[in-house]
Amino acid sequence: MAAISKIATGNGHGENSAYFDGWKAYETNPFHPTDRPDGVIQMGLAENQLCFDFIEKWLMEHPEASICTAEGVSKFKETALFQDYHGIPEFRQAVAKFMGKVRGDRVKFDPDRIVMSGGATGAHEMVAFCLADPGEAFLVPTPYYPGFDRDLRWRTGVELVPVVCDSANDFKITIDSLQSAYHKAQEANIKIKGLLITNPSNPLGTFMDKDTLKNIINFVNEKNIHLIGDEIYAATVFMEPEFVSISEVIEEVECNRDLIHIVYSLSKDMGFPGFRVGIVYSYNDTVTSCARKMSSFGLVSSQTQHLIATMLSNDEFIDNFVAESRERLFKRHKYFTWTLSQIGICSLKSNAGLFIWMDLRKLLKEKTFEAEMDLWRLIIDEVKLNVSPGSSFHCHEPGWFRVCFANMDDYTMEIALSRIRNFMVKNNETMVPPRNKLLRRTSLKLSLSRSLSRKMDDFIMSPSIMSPQSPLVQART
Amino acid sequence: MGLLSRKVTCNSHGQDSSYFLGWQEYEKNPYHEVNNPQGIIQMGLAENQLSFDLPESWLAKNADAAGFKRDGQSIFKELALFQDYHGLPAFKKALVDFMAEIRGNKVTFDPNHIVLTAGATSANETLMFCLAEQGDAFLLPTPYYPGFDRDLKWRTGVEIVPIQCTSSNRFQITAPALEEAYQQAQRKNLRVKGVLVTNPSNPLGTTMRRDELDLLINFITDKEIHLISDEIYSGTVFSSPGFVSIMEVLKDRSLEQTPVWERVHIVYSLSKDLGLPGFRVGAIYSNDPIVVAAATKMSSFGLVSSQTQYLLSAMLSDKKFTKEYMAKNHKRLQKQQSKLVSGLEKAGIGCLESNAGLFCWVDMRHLLSSNTFEAEMELWKRIVYDVKLNISPGSSCHCSEPGWFRVCFANISEDTLKVAMQRLKSFVDSVAINNQSHQELKNSRKKFRTKWVFRLSFQSFHDREQDER
Repeated sequence: MAAISKIATGNGHGENSAYFDGWKAYETNPFHPTDRPDGVIQMGLAENQLCFDFIEKWLMEHPEASICTAEGVSKFKETALFQDYHGIPEFRQAVAKFMGKVRGDRVKFDPDRIVMSGGATGAHEMVAFCLADPGEAFLVPTPYYPGFDRDLRWRTGVELVPVVCDSANDFKITIDSLQSAYHKAQEANIKIKGLLITNPSNPLGTFMDKDTLKNIINFVNEKNIHLIGDEIYAATVFMEPEFVSISEVIEEVECNRDLIHIVYSLSKDMGFPGFRVGIVYSYNDTVTSCARKMSSFGLVSSQTQHLIATMLSNDEFIDNFVAESRERLFKRHKYFTWTLSQIGICSLKSNAGLFIWMDLRKLLKEKTFEAEMDLWRLIIDEVKLNVSPGSSFHCHEPGWFRVCFANMDDYTMEIALSRIRNFMVKNNETMVPPRNKLLRRTSLKLSLSRSLSRKMDDFIMSPSIMSPQSPLVQART
Repeated sequence: MGLLSRKVTCNSHGQDSSYFLGWQEYEKNPYHEVNNPQGIIQMGLAENQLSFDLPESWLAKNADAAGFKRDGQSIFKELALFQDYHGLPAFKKALVDFMAEIRGNKVTFDPNHIVLTAGATSANETLMFCLAEQGDAFLLPTPYYPGFDRDLKWRTGVEIVPIQCTSSNRFQITAPALEEAYQQAQRKNLRVKGVLVTNPSNPLGTTMRRDELDLLINFITDKEIHLISDEIYSGTVFSSPGFVSIMEVLKDRSLEQTPVWERVHIVYSLSKDLGLPGFRVGAIYSNDPIVVAAATKMSSFGLVSSQTQYLLSAMLSDKKFTKEYMAKNHKRLQKQQSKLVSGLEKAGIGCLESNAGLFCWVDMRHLLSSNTFEAEMELWKRIVYDVKLNISPGSSCHCSEPGWFRVCFANISEDTLKVAMQRLKSFVDSVAINNQSHQELKNSRKKFRTKWVFRLSFQSFHDREQDER
């Protein structure tokens, strides 16, 4: 019987999630300042587009970074032939150096532990294949990046067990929540092989302090399970305090290093998702060796290795880039969150990432995920912004949305903000209608229950006046 | 509880095979014309190094594609951000056109049916994930590329059952061999999901004949299973008979509207035909939209770098370049292959008549001390350590008959090939002399001690990726 596999026909690819629906809406009607000014603005894409001019300038000054230019072509043949899964040595050295610099040179990375993968996507799958057998599981704190459902589970057969975090303590991971999730899994006969943390967090935009990381490392040591630290947003930390990496903490805490693995990529920190540069950095020799063999399934193009090696070997460039990137992210984040607060929209206090975790709980007509979906549809269809609903990140509380801010220019940002402003002002008296009325795409006359309208009045102000006593202003932004 | 997965602790990565050990020896002592003329010559690496001057001169004339530019404007940002798993449309179009050109334009391919992957390594694994469950099996004719043990089985849990081919009919696939393999799978309680063939063949260097392809189509139709045709050497066919693609046969038999049409899938890559293994450009071509959809999503785990897609879309769209490249490349491959064949002849060694690939399938059965795989290993070690040539023993390719070796010719210069052949001739001559004197010694009842020492250190080898095919 020539059936296709269950993996191929099932839903493990995760693309039926709401996360991708917004993308589809965007793709059928994408915003363009002149060609399609009423199109959907993409705010669901965590890309870093703020520093390309900086990089392009460097590239123009360094044509040897490309193996195709007159200056670089002497390397064409040897590069085109190079398929050694150890990777080009200069590439590994440059990446190791960059990773160290991003962590303030407080820790050194060994180039011989750098293993390539097909982006962080490939890295996660590879790590799952190395650490767990089908049916075994990883703990993952919520909310988490929707792609993990595919990357860690789809072809590997590994399961994910959520560690529920909530807004009461700003979604921080607590040892209690870890213990609780671990024990619940045990009771259900699920073998936990590891804990996956994303630090800095996607979608929260926050990162963990040293004590939390120490506690986490003690936890994994005690349970003898792996710790996978996805640090792909490490260089997007744009404000004090400094980012603390797992690699630093293990120098200060007794731990079995065979349990420690880092996933990295240049997709977010440098804004190069198209180049597919993923890295697995494991402190476990057996895992490093095995992952290296598995990297055959997703090596980095040698042409790209050469480009990255040239770029990241340049100390001055890296130092300047990291500083410039932080500065631009900081400015964009500040402007975005401040303007939103003026409109009465709050978000989780954050100092990293390419997005904010926006709090729209007060706009829900009821505290349910259905209401969150209704609101989300409204934001896409009426406000014409693609944002990502918290439920797609497995958030346990409805009303949170991830909104990206680094993937557009200033002009588009202004348009997005004005759309949000107009929407809030327009709906000052009115609010999200009962569900069935939402289905109509004609101009909406929204009617609202009285109690909700009063709540809206609480925090919809005229754009320039904000009560300093408003708890929303103080607590969140 | 085991700390790591079973995949880590098992051997399915295949790297303990002798195939890779020869590489390790080469790495310790690589030949260099000037710096290390006594070193080991690498003839175990199926790479095409004969035609680099052609893309290099193309690059010199096409600065735009070279420097991240389109019409003089920088498109660096656009490329750096492009991560759509549907791939760069211009690249897919250029790639399918190139594939059609290789097949004499007797078949055309739809860019919407192609999925880009990180090399053929990834393409083959992805197809397994799409077509088979853990514990299912694919039938493969022997001898086959050693990397398939890793690519098809390791992380997928799929099994390989060999279709035994022999020198009696030049290792062609026969109906009884197919049927026997199928039955063997049944006996092992393995559900057969398909057949995978490499055409042109690695390690044989031959193209499949039409009757073989017909046989395969009949077989998979009858059993209602898939056929994967790995055609990564399709552009290396340098003499007649020409290359006949499975798609061509399906078309000639008017099978486009039948169920079998959607069960035939092609794997391709630019690693062999264009000599660009480092760029990791692989592809799956399928007529089944469900397979295309699933494989496209899976390609997220190994996409082709956008800068590479862009460069190659410009190169392959240049029909003048591709035409010139194919013509010159074929000539050079043919010339080098015939030098290898005549060099072997001078040493009294024959090989399978071949018209494609980057290697020859060499017959050293007459040099074996006995018709066993132990004797083959013995001979191989002598060739690696004493003759100082790294070649690949047939057993590593799962050949059912001892004494065959794959010898690559396209990754070395003409001069190096000459040196290799001289060494081989000296070795064969010395074996002949030794055999003669052995006979004499035997006759005089004295013990004959072997002249060489085995240097076996399996503990200390470096890991090394050998996408060598």
